[in-house]
Parts: sequence; structure tokens; C-alpha cells
Amino acid sequence: MHHCPRIPCAAALTLAGAAALAQGTAYVTSEKDDALTLIDTATLAVKGTLATCKRARHVQLTPDGKIMVACTDSHVADVIDPASGKSLRRIPMGEEPEAFDLSPDGKTIYVSNEDEGATSFIDATSGKKLKSVKVGKEPEGVKVSADGKTLYVTSEVASMVHVIDTASAKIVKNVKVGKRPRRMAITPDGKELWVTNELDASVTIVSTTNHGVVGTIKFEVKGARAEDISPVGIQMTRDGKRAFVALGKANHVAFVDVAARKVTDLVLVGKRAWNVTLDKAEARLWVVNGLSDDVTVVDVAGAKAIKSIPVGRVPYGVVIVE
Amino acid sequence: MRLLRFVSAALTVLAALQSVHAAPAVTLKATLLRPGDDSRLERTRLERAYLGHPGGAAGDGIQVAIDESQFELEAAGVAVELANQPVASLEAARAAAVAAEKAGAAVLLTDLSAAWTLAVTDAVKLPVLNLGEAADSLRQQDCRARLYHLIPSERMRSDALAQTLIGRKWTKLLLLVGPSPQDQLRAAAAQASIKRYGLQVVASKPFKLSADPRERDLANPLLLTAGSAYDAVWVVDSDGEFARSLPYRTVLPRPVVGDAGLVALAWHAQFERFGAPQVVRRFAKAHQRPMTAHDWAAWMGGKALVTVATAAPKGPAAAWALALAKTPLDGSKGTNLSFRPWDGQLRQTLLLTDGQGVISQAPIEGLLHRTNVLDTLGADEPEKLCKVAR
Repeated sequence: MHHCPRIPCAAALTLAGAAALAQGTAYVTSEKDDALTLIDTATLAVKGTLATCKRARHVQLTPDGKIMVACTDSHVADVIDPASGKSLRRIPMGEEPEAFDLSPDGKTIYVSNEDEGATSFIDATSGKKLKSVKVGKEPEGVKVSADGKTLYVTSEVASMVHVIDTASAKIVKNVKVGKRPRRMAITPDGKELWVTNELDASVTIVSTTNHGVVGTIKFEVKGARAEDISPVGIQMTRDGKRAFVALGKANHVAFVDVAARKVTDLVLVGKRAWNVTLDKAEARLWVVNGLSDDVTVVDVAGAKAIKSIPVGRVPYGVVIVE
Repeated sequence: MRLLRFVSAALTVLAALQSVHAAPAVTLKATLLRPGDDSRLERTRLERAYLGHPGGAAGDGIQVAIDESQFELEAAGVAVELANQPVASLEAARAAAVAAEKAGAAVLLTDLSAAWTLAVTDAVKLPVLNLGEAADSLRQQDCRARLYHLIPSERMRSDALAQTLIGRKWTKLLLLVGPSPQDQLRAAAAQASIKRYGLQVVASKPFKLSADPRERDLANPLLLTAGSAYDAVWVVDSDGEFARSLPYRTVLPRPVVGDAGLVALAWHAQFERFGAPQVVRRFAKAHQRPMTAHDWAAWMGGKALVTVATAAPKGPAAAWALALAKTPLDGSKGTNLSFRPWDGQLRQTLLLTDGQGVISQAPIEGLLHRTNVLDTLGADEPEKLCKVAR
């Protein structure tokens, strides 16, 4: 028996049999349901749930279009075929996996193991742990460079970004950033790494060439104090002109002009805005709200929230299959 | 020979290049002073596990903080070394503090009574981190410029409770106060919080642990809680035994708060947010017991050492002392924590717990403050209760 969040279990059962259910679907992970909530991206209505592993957190699409979900309490990643809605396999991810990234060829999974204070390299096919790199405690965000040669991992306790050479599995540099660094984005030209700092109300910009800090963007929200602004999720547009940063407890998402390093818009969303994902057209931004158990869909052009949709308990991340 | 020396030097350089971490050139030495014979840690007391009481030695939490920070300490090229010194008397505490300072300690940490803490602080010129003494006197009339407090003060705890009660609109209180001098002091703190947040005491009664029929008015929960209408019973019981037996034994079906029922604490092992479960798990793994509020304060003492060591990895001690006053700390409570410049108290979120889980947090949502909402807990700057300039 798995728990079905918010909607009757019967709906989930009928879904599993339906064909082509993936067309225009957002898949939302939540930490307390062991299930994904599925939202129709056209109607913005919940259309069902899919059972998955325990305490589903980070979710990404693999290069071949599958949904990969890291489950902290099951110590695995669940690989789900969006076309059939079926779990294809489960990959061991080491102890307490939280966030991960895939090598550009999809063959290696890089995962942060939060209790161990390690980053593991996992063979995506065999599930074998290839290498493990000791990093600062409570590692969180994991990001691979476009050429696959460099891996960036944040440590929340050490307040650092560890720069790891993927070939040798060695740390080449520890970059001191803001307090409690969380997630990262790399500019499409590959030159800058943007790191959100949860307890610093900021993004640190790190040069990928010399790993020096080249800039900091401090966030301000009218009516909120600096200590209430806790940035976590970040995503950039494909052209690298804009970045979107979820501001956590400030309940807003910030639109940032990447070249100018300036905030252009602030959009009110749900409570503790956590992770963000753009749809393919980059017309809508999906914001996952950890403390209001919903996701807010934001119209990017108008910088306005369209709708908030109730999902599972303690939602974490979202991917969109179009 | 010369060639050999050259090769060996080259190898050393190579080794240095290969390692990202430089060998620590500087060590921050700290000494923990704790009671040698600590009645709080007697087995029978630990087994009771009263909320708000220590669950074990202060050294446990400090060590977890230092161990978990090895990565950033090594990366910064600095080490933190802790000496753990039991002391048997006030005089011994003072002597141990002087000896530690002479031996090169840069920071002292204490888990001592108020009087011993003061004696230690006045005997040295070092910053002192008070890990376990919640007495308001150390933040008020007896405050010291170099004395920092990691554990929340009694006022902070009673303010957290008063906020929670006013948030629930449970405004009428029956106050039950224990017989010890500490109970009297803590009852005064409770009264100050009750006044600050506009609650009302409908009756205040002393209680006593007793089975003597002649003292039943003082000891029987039913008799003690009869005779007035109230929304909650606030019990002040520093010992813990009476308070534990009070919930569900009141005449009226009303909640008990204070030292049983709903209790305001610095920490609880069931806290689920802000990475707290990872901290609790690291602590439990190292010491095979749940992490209590006292453990959190000790852990924060260790975090403070690590934070100042990495902020000024080359030292000297003066730089560490400066960093201590200025650098915010991360206590896995979701917000930056820093020492109040007016009394050295670490401002922090408090957790309201019934012992089984975390019911809510304080400051309560919606409460406003002109500078920092965390300063709605404990003595605020305009009260000017600490006269010492920092």
C-alpha cells in the first residue's frame, strides 16, 4: 500500500494503464508521499499520482527522456518511463542520496550522499559505485559541466563549492561561497557557475576558468528582511539571458538579468519556494513550494503567477515532459 | 647527496601540489570547563530525560561539531583542538581557566553554574562560551563583555511560551511554582513574559512534592488546579518530577505548559526542518542517544569555534575574538544566528515540544519587531538590562 497524496488512489490506478499519459505532464516529487503527483500542463489540473521509492527528492530527465528520481530513504533512484508510467528499474545511489546530475552521455550519475558527506559516481547501467569523493558535510547541489570534465558539488555545512575533476575523482579546488550553498546553474557559454546561498540571501558567481568568485547578487524583497530570504532553486534560460531563483522563505521567485546581474522582477508564489523548472518554450516557470504543499505556475512574459496547484506533502522538485 | 636533497624537495613540492589541503599551520585551542561531579548527569536523572534537562556531557556536542567540520578546517589550513577539563569547585574552575589561558587556549567553553561561570570569566581575558547555564542574571546584572551564551536564557524560553499562548488566545493562566530558589527566579521570568505578551495570571500557587495528607493542598494536582477558571496551567518546576505528573491530572481539561506538557526548548531530536535530521543523526551516531537542547547548545559552541577558526585561519587569538562577536552562525534552524551585541546572547528560533514532536516554533508567525524578529525572545536592547559595554 502506498499513500496517495490528496487525490483518491483509484485515480492513480486508472492512470497506470493509460497510454501516452506523458504528453504535457509535470511530475512533482514530494518527500512524504512515496509518490509523484502528475499535473496536466495544459489544464493545470492534477491528473493522478505514480508510486515511487521512499522520500523522493531531486528529479531530472535523462538524456533519453526518462524520469529519474532520487529517493533519500530508499537509497535508490527510480527510473520511470513517462510513456507507460512504469518504473523501469531502480539504481542504488549510496546512502541517503539527495541531489544528482548525469554525465552528458548519461552513463554516469553523480550524486550527493547527505549523511556520509560524500559524492558518489554511479554507473547508470549497472548501478555500481565507481568512485566516491569525500566532501564537506551535508552535500547538496550537484552539477556537471557541459563537457563532462568538471563536477561541482555544494556543501551546506562547509559553505563551499567543491570543484571535482571527473576523470581522477579528485577535488581540484574548494571555493568558499555564501552560507549554506544549495543549487547551481552554469551559464550556457560555460563561463560562470551560479550558486544559491540559502543563509546569505544571495547568489555567488564563480568563474569556471579560475574558480574565483567574480560576483555576488544580493536579493531584496520589499517587506522581507534579509534573514527571510533563503534562495535555493535556480534555472537559466537556454540563451543564458535570464535566471530564475526561488527565494525560499521570502515566498517569491526572482527573475535575474544574467549579463547585468540584476533582479528585474519578483513574483509572489507559495510558501518556502524551493525548486524551479522552466517548460520547453520557456513561457512558464514551475515553482515548487515546500511549506504550502503546492506548485505555482508563473507566466514568464507577464511575471505573474497563473495558478497554484495542490500536490503531495512537502513537495521538492518538478520535471516537465512535453 | 645534493642531488638527493633536490629530488626530495621536488617530491615535497609535488606532494603539496597534489593535495588541496594544506597541513594546518595554526591551531585554535579551546578548553571546556565542566563540573567534575555533575549531579545533572547521574544515571537516574538521565534516565528521567526531563525536557529541558541535559541528556549527557557537553563535550559530546562540541566534538560532533569539530568532527563534522574537518573538511573546511583542513581546507582553510587551521585546526581546532579541544581540551576537556573537569573542575570540582569554584576555585578549581578559576585555576583551571587561568591554566588553560597560560597553556595557549584562545577560547573557553563552560557548562557550569552561574557563579562558577562568572569566576571563570573574570579570571581570564579570553572569550567564554556559556553552553549550559540559562540564568537571566548572566545576561543582565551579571553580564560580562567577553561572555557569550549559546543556550537560550530563561526569559527567551518563557517569552517563546507566552507568544505561543497569545497566538492560541489562551490568555488566562494558572501559575504553579515549585519550592526551589531557581523556581522563584524562573517564575519571575515567566511573569515578565506574561506581562510582555499581555497574558493574565488568574492565580499563582506554590506546589510541593509530598504524599503527606496534611500537605495535600500543596501536592495534589486536583486540589491545586481547582477554584479558578483558566485556559492553561503554566508549571515552573526546575526539578521536573512534579511537572511530569501534572498533565491529564488537572480539574479542568486544560493543557499544561512550562516544564511539562508544552515546553519551549533550543532543540528537539524530532525537529524535521532545515537539515536538523542530519545533525540529529550525526549526533546519535557518535553518542548513541537523542540530541537534546543542551547538546544543541554545546554543538553550537563547537560550531562557533569552527566558524571563527575558518573566518580567520591564520589567527591570531584577537582575530578569533573579533570574529566571534561578528560572524553569524548556522544552527540548522533555517536562519542566521548571531550574538546580541547588548548581552552576548545567541539569538535563535525556539522549538515548542511536547516531548514527542515539535509542535511549533517561536517567534510565532506574524509577530513583528523593528529590527530582528528573533529579538522578541529574551531581553531586548531598549531594556538595557546589561550595563556592560561590549
